[in-house]
Amino acid sequence: MTLDWSHFTPLTALLGGALIGLAAAIFIVAHGRILGASGVFGGLIPPQPQDWLWRVLLLAGLLTAPLLLRVFDALPPVTISSSPVLLIVSGLLVGFGTTLGSGCTSGHGVCGIARLSPRSLLATVLFLGSAIGTATLATFLGWVG
Amino acid sequence: MIRRVSEFAVGLIFGLGLIVSGMTDPSKVLGFFNVTGAWDPSLAFVMGGAVIIGFFAFRHARDMKASLFGRVIMLNDSKAIDLRLVAGSVIFGIGWGLSGFCPGPAIVSLGAGQSAALIFVVAMGLGVGLARFVLRKLAP
Repeated sequence: MTLDWSHFTPLTALLGGALIGLAAAIFIVAHGRILGASGVFGGLIPPQPQDWLWRVLLLAGLLTAPLLLRVFDALPPVTISSSPVLLIVSGLLVGFGTTLGSGCTSGHGVCGIARLSPRSLLATVLFLGSAIGTATLATFLGWVG
Repeated sequence: MIRRVSEFAVGLIFGLGLIVSGMTDPSKVLGFFNVTGAWDPSLAFVMGGAVIIGFFAFRHARDMKASLFGRVIMLNDSKAIDLRLVAGSVIFGIGWGLSGFCPGPAIVSLGAGQSAALIFVVAMGLGVGLARFVLRKLAP
């Protein structure tokens, strides 16, 4: 294994991570809730009375972020190599898995680990492990990359 | 009203962090997962930066009687390590590894107008519905 120095961006990764941590910090201290993207999204399927507005506002913030950033600078380039069929399978599994496992990268991986939850630590080890295995295999098979 | 603005702001800051960090670029995420070729370890720094700040916030929140907006602090202290958690997390990881999209970055990419993110997010919604259906069948 070699390091991919040409794509290694530790400073923006740390800065972006700190912003994610700041959002999670505001959400728990001011709103009393754990910031988890899959939970915010999944709670709208279907929308529940008295419990939908904050979810819609938070998702609107997520949707607005690229529009706001684009006012000041071009968005960083992205590359998506998965076919539409692979995107559908991927989305189905992500929606199904995060609902079953009660969390995703933000809920378990950031907030759960930050509050030293053994449950979230296990979840994070498992989903990172299966993502590493799957992506390595998918790259080998030529499905992505 | 301020609470509503703050809820939007949390999403906005979260979204900006996801873009700046590189999490919204599926090829970068897959470059972190694929350990066989040249490995890009950047995303470990994303989690590190977020967890360090989160650690102090959650430690502080544990000792608060109510949130700043007077809400109950919902720290779910479930300790249950069960098949649901294990199977769900493994399935989520398989899905994440097939595209490089996880829920937050996919929603941000939808805001950037990417058709691939639209396909992913619609499928993700169906996946949530399917999981709720299965869970209801198993434990009515």
